[in-house]
Amino acid sequence: MAANLASADGQDKTKPSGWAEVKRAFTGLRRGETIAGYLFLLPNFAGFLVFMLFPIFFAFYIMLTDWSLAKPPEFIGLKNFETMVNDRLFWKSLSNSFYYTFIAVPTGIFIAFWLALALNRKMRGIIFFRTVYFLPQITLTVAAATVWRWIYQPEIGMINHALEWFGIDGPKWIHDTRWAMPSVIIMSNWQGIGFAMLILLAGLQGIPEEFYEAAAIDGASSWQRMRFVTLPMLSPAIFFVVVTSLIGAFQAFDQFFVLTQGGPADATTPLTLYIFNNAFKFFKMGYGAALAAVLFVIILIITIIQWHLARRWVFGFDED
Amino acid sequence: MRLMATSDKPKRTLIGQKQSKLLTDLLVYVVLSVVGVIFIMPFAWMVANSFKDIRGIYTYPPTFIPDVWRFENYTEAWSMTHFDAGFLNSAIVAAAVVFGQLLTASLAGYSFARLRYPGRDKIFLLYLSLMMVPFTVLLIPLYVQMRAFGWISTLQAVIVPFLFTPWGTFMMRQFMVTIPRELEDAARIDGCGFFRTYWLIILPLTKPALATLAIFTFVNTWNSFQWPLIVLGKPKVKTLPLLLASFQNQSGMRTPWHLIMAAATFVVIPVLIAFIVGQKYYVRGIVTSGIKGGA
Repeated sequence: MAANLASADGQDKTKPSGWAEVKRAFTGLRRGETIAGYLFLLPNFAGFLVFMLFPIFFAFYIMLTDWSLAKPPEFIGLKNFETMVNDRLFWKSLSNSFYYTFIAVPTGIFIAFWLALALNRKMRGIIFFRTVYFLPQITLTVAAATVWRWIYQPEIGMINHALEWFGIDGPKWIHDTRWAMPSVIIMSNWQGIGFAMLILLAGLQGIPEEFYEAAAIDGASSWQRMRFVTLPMLSPAIFFVVVTSLIGAFQAFDQFFVLTQGGPADATTPLTLYIFNNAFKFFKMGYGAALAAVLFVIILIITIIQWHLARRWVFGFDED
Repeated sequence: MRLMATSDKPKRTLIGQKQSKLLTDLLVYVVLSVVGVIFIMPFAWMVANSFKDIRGIYTYPPTFIPDVWRFENYTEAWSMTHFDAGFLNSAIVAAAVVFGQLLTASLAGYSFARLRYPGRDKIFLLYLSLMMVPFTVLLIPLYVQMRAFGWISTLQAVIVPFLFTPWGTFMMRQFMVTIPRELEDAARIDGCGFFRTYWLIILPLTKPALATLAIFTFVNTWNSFQWPLIVLGKPKVKTLPLLLASFQNQSGMRTPWHLIMAAATFVVIPVLIAFIVGQKYYVRGIVTSGIKGGA
């Protein structure tokens, strides 16, 4: 990325910097280009300022207020964060978010990895399978969760019926506090696996065939080829999938809202749903914004940790 | 290969490499098919049950093929949920957002990729860093803003804020940087202005990236749920996912699963078509930019 930016800019290096540069850009030979540049950017940048940059700064203010929308906001400093400390439901939703993320993401990536390995074989009809595994990904979560809600029905649902063939008396799934979260995780992985699978598959296809040939000449076993060729070469793709999946999982909302509505007994209320309930059910805008800030900080910390760890386990991480 | 085969896999020399590969292929096919069936099952059940009657739904043990085929489920679900209005709303929103994003992202992408002016790279870096802000953080301030604009329960609220896309702009810029400069220079020498160069030279060459952005945006907008749920309260302006979600909550004693499944089938079909038509671009979009579909 950095290299890319620099190369596009090659000719500009000798130019004076700061105000003189700005002045020259508007008066010199390249005046037309400067004006065109800003004009082309304008529609995008205006929207970006109004609907992204401004709301971000606005959020900082809202989280410091008590605001029900009916009355003007009342500035209360950090009180929302104090409330949070003693809010049992906040801790519950936080732990639910972690439970969901740290079970769903590793299991999903593990399955996606094996599927990608299988799909990387040169066989007929591979594209058909790839399409099938990817279909749930583009299906809207609301429809998918609707279908799964029915699949999970204890009496008439398909899963418990299938389990019965094996003589297993299935649990009550989304109606059982212990099984509700695993139910959401299974559905989410069914839906989301296509994404990780595609990225990993692209990574596998980028590994030069010669590496495997060289390993074979050295007498490497299939396990050794996996350990010393496939995994290191795939590590950038794995890294990417891990980071995006973690961030995505912390933001998951639709499946919880439709599949379980956060229940039973808040067993599946993640932070996102708790934010939603506070802001748009109870109209506590300030508290909602404060909760959203917590979510943002978690995502930020995870991203930073990942980037630091990546130096150790991602092949060639520091090179570009 | 040979060396390896003799050293740690004596089996291979016995039946020969070709058969061995065939055997593994067969095994992989079996595994892929079993997993494939699991992946396709929910869709199959959705469609199969959308044709059953209520008795068929609650029959135990459940059957896959309906005893009675009720095609009326579709017309009933359609009118019960006011899907005609929903379809229109969803279509308007998706079309507006797709065209808006293509325009703003390609214009800004061209500006970032090709034109030189002060502050360009700083602005670009700002775009990149804001790509990382989760949408959940924007929900509340953006909602307050929509209220202030008087846009609650209007389609503007789900269109206008989404006409601008940092990642789409990023993708356009990355693609346009790779277009050879000579093509553009020739046009400029022939007297084309910047806009004509963009419109006549750059845009046609950017078609693959535009197609990727279009199909991504379409799928994401069509499937979008959380934000419409917050800002679209009145039934008249609701989009399809909202109607589908509220349909299953208004049910009485016995949930009319057959009608819900028919409704779900309706909603899923346009996206499936879009995906099958544009699969190439969609897959490439994921692989090159790593942006996920869905929420």
